[in-house]
Amino acid sequence: MNAHVADGLLRAGNANCAGCGMTLGLRWFGEALAGTTPLLAIPPCCATVTSGLFPTTAYHAPGIATTFASSAAVGSGMSRVLRQNNEDQPVVCWTGDGGTYDIGMATLSAAAERNEDVIYVCYDNEIYGNTGGQRSSATPMGAKTTTSARGKVERKKDIMAIMAAHRVPYAASLSLAHHDDFVRKVKLALGLGGFRFLLMLSPCPAGWKCQPDESVALVRMAVGCGIYPVFEVFDGVRYRVNVRPDGTPLEDYLARQKRFKSEGLDVDFLQADVSARWTQLRALEEASPAEDEECATLDDVQTPAVAVSCEVRS
Amino acid sequence: MGTVLATGNQAAGQVLAMAGEANRSARGCGGGAYPITPQTEIAEYLTGHQFAKGSFVTAESEHSAMAVCIGASVMGARSFTASSSNGLLYMTENVFAAGYCRLPLVMVVCNRTIGPPWNIWVDQGDSLAMRDSAWLQFYCESHQDLVDTILLSFRVAEDERVLLPAMVAQDGFLISHTAMRVDIPEQGEVDRYLPALRLPQRLRPDHPVLYGSITLPRETENHRRDLEAAMAQVPIVLAEAIDEFESVFGRRPHGAFSAEQTADADAVLVASSTMSRTARRVVERRRARGEKIGLVGAKLFRPFLRPELVGAIGSAKRVAVLDRNLSPGSGGIFWNEVAVSLRQRADVVLQGYLMGLGGGDVTDGHVEAALDDLLGLAESGEPVFFPARVA
Repeated sequence: MNAHVADGLLRAGNANCAGCGMTLGLRWFGEALAGTTPLLAIPPCCATVTSGLFPTTAYHAPGIATTFASSAAVGSGMSRVLRQNNEDQPVVCWTGDGGTYDIGMATLSAAAERNEDVIYVCYDNEIYGNTGGQRSSATPMGAKTTTSARGKVERKKDIMAIMAAHRVPYAASLSLAHHDDFVRKVKLALGLGGFRFLLMLSPCPAGWKCQPDESVALVRMAVGCGIYPVFEVFDGVRYRVNVRPDGTPLEDYLARQKRFKSEGLDVDFLQADVSARWTQLRALEEASPAEDEECATLDDVQTPAVAVSCEVRS
Repeated sequence: MGTVLATGNQAAGQVLAMAGEANRSARGCGGGAYPITPQTEIAEYLTGHQFAKGSFVTAESEHSAMAVCIGASVMGARSFTASSSNGLLYMTENVFAAGYCRLPLVMVVCNRTIGPPWNIWVDQGDSLAMRDSAWLQFYCESHQDLVDTILLSFRVAEDERVLLPAMVAQDGFLISHTAMRVDIPEQGEVDRYLPALRLPQRLRPDHPVLYGSITLPRETENHRRDLEAAMAQVPIVLAEAIDEFESVFGRRPHGAFSAEQTADADAVLVASSTMSRTARRVVERRRARGEKIGLVGAKLFRPFLRPELVGAIGSAKRVAVLDRNLSPGSGGIFWNEVAVSLRQRADVVLQGYLMGLGGGDVTDGHVEAALDDLLGLAESGEPVFFPARVA
């Protein structure tokens, strides 16, 4: 563990909250970098706070603090200049869901459409965490936030489908409960060129009203019940589900978070939504599966043994 | 390249590209561009140009176009773009970010009226709305002035004593879309004039820092003091840049303010952009009739060099300021600056004239009438629309 801190992306001494999923993600991402130094573009979000007061930084890499909607565009400019100087460091946009699903959506879409040579990571805590917990279009239906006090009425935006529709070389969802698959996919992304999108469900105990020591368990439950599908998409068309739901009841996942103790929560509707998404995902994977060799390249980290059942409780 | 017939946009695109090429032995150039009338031809030129080392991103908005420039610049490239009007306003957040990050970008602004209501013609309100963004601002009176000022602005912006971005404004359509004879330099001359960009804060893999991250009030105040200190260096650096310009290109652009026939003038017109040229004709006509009238052409708006302005106005007792812009509730924006500059000159009758707003004509007749109005005033007044009624 200490080796990650010494060699990775996140150094000791940051002030992130206990149980912050993004923090664990930074460490695992740093592990996958394996000594490569990325250049970061970070919009104002918890990841800026992570850095600490200028000129000190908790990141073991250089970067620029961009304006909120701009990380993918700033990253585009950085990447172009690196490449025209024959420098191969990866440019990593490290952003939250507000900067991705909402205010940065046009910027993200345009950089993806141009296939800029950038790795775009969205740590999705399903909330505007840095401003104290407002709803974003990543907030799941039924979740209470400071701007959806009775539970969010609308469904969560399907960002993976949106990115797949851009036919980017690689889009993948990462699980903070599945270390090997996480690291494998980051390494795979690092080895590809063009626009790569990585989504990471990132528990926020302050916003989710959950216990800090349960963050990893919550992600495991989110993956197990199917509300957070863990899969990868190549060129927007070839699919591979990496971890299949294991029958964990959706209610169990919801019950561990006080944000879902809301009058607006409709578990049946949410379950139906999860099931429909899985029906769609299975069909996509069956119609156009990713090749084995493109899923497990680069090193000896193997795709985790695919589990149990494709079926989701319904 | 020599003397060619070119529109303002053609000339600006070529000279921006030459400035980019001049950095080919270093980190190259790059940036983002987005179309908006009347600037579009510059974006087309930059995205179509084959750079030896550099490329332009066709961004999805002005906001992102400037973000790309920021990313390119912080990696050490020479970066530049162009915009106008509402596009510039849409870009605003990143305009400030570039200024506050001390990135020496150059942006050509084709001044255009802000809407709605929509109007594509010239008005300085767009770039003047950016006056607090820590960018230098130049207002050009002619095609040649535009070419020369673009080159000057790179030199001043990139000087390590300044390190601030620069906006170079040309009148939309009046310059951008009219063709005039203009001297375009050779690439070799531009190479000599613009040395390789050395950006001290360039991101380097071996130096972890999150540039632009969080500061507390004390450091923030120091940052603002640094901005002000950098602005204070501009007169020195600009003067050197003009001297060097003359030695490389063989002609001498004027600096912050031109002082034309002001030494013995009783009354002075202060004008910017193409209005300066109209005012110049009026001054020459009045001088021919024996009237002691002078002109101050205001080119540099940020920093606003108040002592230099006072010096340029000289001992004249009457000053008229022509503003093709309006800060609603406050009058003309140049007038505001001139009024502050002359705050210790209680003997001066100062009058601001708002004219040509939204691209309306500013004719010799309008300027003559404003001058006559000034000469008849007993005391300074609030800014007035002029002529009083629009036909």
